[in-house]
Amino acid sequence: MGVLEIAKGMGVTLGKLFQKPVTVSYPEQRATLQPRFRGRHVLTRHPGTGLEKCIGCSLCAAACPAYAIYVEAGENDPHNPHSPGERYAKVYEINMLRCIFCGLCEEACPTGAVVLGNEFEMADYRYPDFVYGKEDMLVGVEGSRPQRREAAAKGESVRLGFRVEGGPRPELEGVTYPQ
Amino acid sequence: MPDWLAAALITLLKSTVVIVALLTGFAYMTLVERVLLGRFQLRYGPNRVGPFALLQPLADAIKSIFKEDINVTLADKLVYTMAPIISVTFALVAFGGIPAGPAHSLFGENPWVYNLDAGLLVLLAMTSMGVYGIFLGGWASGSKYPMLGGLRSSAQMISYELSMGMSLLGVLMLVGSTNFQDIVYWQAHNGWLLLFQGLAFVIFFISAFAETNRAPFDLPEAEQELVAGFLTEYSAIKWALYQMAEYISMFTASAMMVTLFFGGWKGPQLLNAIIPGVSEWPIIWLIVKMAFFVFLFIWVKASILRIRYDQLMRLGWKLLLPLALFNTMLVAFYLAFVGGVQKVPGLYEYHKTGWGLWPLGLLSLLCLLAWLALGDRSRGLFNKAHPVRGEQASVARAGGD
Repeated sequence: MGVLEIAKGMGVTLGKLFQKPVTVSYPEQRATLQPRFRGRHVLTRHPGTGLEKCIGCSLCAAACPAYAIYVEAGENDPHNPHSPGERYAKVYEINMLRCIFCGLCEEACPTGAVVLGNEFEMADYRYPDFVYGKEDMLVGVEGSRPQRREAAAKGESVRLGFRVEGGPRPELEGVTYPQ
Repeated sequence: MPDWLAAALITLLKSTVVIVALLTGFAYMTLVERVLLGRFQLRYGPNRVGPFALLQPLADAIKSIFKEDINVTLADKLVYTMAPIISVTFALVAFGGIPAGPAHSLFGENPWVYNLDAGLLVLLAMTSMGVYGIFLGGWASGSKYPMLGGLRSSAQMISYELSMGMSLLGVLMLVGSTNFQDIVYWQAHNGWLLLFQGLAFVIFFISAFAETNRAPFDLPEAEQELVAGFLTEYSAIKWALYQMAEYISMFTASAMMVTLFFGGWKGPQLLNAIIPGVSEWPIIWLIVKMAFFVFLFIWVKASILRIRYDQLMRLGWKLLLPLALFNTMLVAFYLAFVGGVQKVPGLYEYHKTGWGLWPLGLLSLLCLLAWLALGDRSRGLFNKAHPVRGEQASVARAGGD
């Protein structure tokens, strides 16, 4: 390393000093995610009828390597069905602390009901709050539990801290993320 | 109030002001360094605590003070506690001798804490004492990494003290005094010593980086190789004291470079035409010039990689020390046979003898350029890759250094 090289290197660093930082100031600015980023699960519905796609088969729970999913099936009322099949998920819980976001549940699902979305801001204080139920994951629910709790306390709408380049995947029917 | 008491109180007040200024300077220096390093790396650096992160140093201070101060069982308690205090004390003491303006210019008082005829020697002695803090800290930690780190650091600092001191001999011979005021006035009349001692300045500059443990010579706290060297077992406020000592010695090194080579506290004479007497204002010019060097310290840290320890030692002993000696001989020869300036006794006036000073400046510059130009080719003389057991030798050579 000669003197010229040192001078060249110092010149490079000095040039960087006057460039705009590439940092995304995350909580204020939105982080950019790719559509295939695996985040919080979404339980989707059939677009026409609005029925839940989940038929309570528990295949996702069987496929889950982290044993994070608990499904309890119930019989559908023929006059007022939750899902198009015979049964539906009476209880559908995912423990977000156990979940490793591998996406095997999505692959195992025969009806495409459970799909990994892009939300990732799920930090919370208490263990029980990390067990997400149907009411936290069904399509149309925006934000994680702590986000919705905070938004409700402040009387504002949930603000997601990210945007998805090119919009969410087609599997996430009915889900909208900031672009 | 008797005169001596008044003088003592004023000196006490001045030293308090200097200490407070240095400690505040250190606190904000850490902020400036982090922001600048961030910007060098296309990041923002700290920007959360207060407007422009101006409260960040305060937050850091609170954190350092209230952090658990871990006491090592095997440590020699007294020395372990004293070592950082020694470090920071001598760093502070060293700065007091730097003059920040002409006599009686600061509300009728002298803008320095002490002014000794042996000023430069005292300053060198005080900065050298910093090695005790490091070595004792490493030894007293009662653990192996700090011990190794302390040994390496003291070896490094002692080695570079030689070339640092030697490079200043030329300055001393030219000026004929070790008093900082004399050196500043000499430069005010004859031009900055940088012009006549370019070679010496570069040697001093490089040595100052090694002496203050800054990148690329920050081996004493080499995180990757030695955990953190002598700092390994230190935490909380003791650790902060070491940091303080490091930054203050950086200030001192900058102030030394300014005072010895860049005209000291004197401002540019040109500005006197706009605001009369502006070049004589105390403190401000010293700080402006120091800020440049402090920025340079940070810039170099952001740009140049840490060098290997054996390279560091070879550079110090086999290149800088001989060059400093050569510079000493050059100046001595020049002053004895060619020319120089002669001080009028009792006055800050000088008259030329022989060829004056400019040929020396030219010689020094030529030597410096020759050194820089031959840098790559002459490396084999001082930085040979020793053949180590067959294949490794070729690896060592291919690795280059």
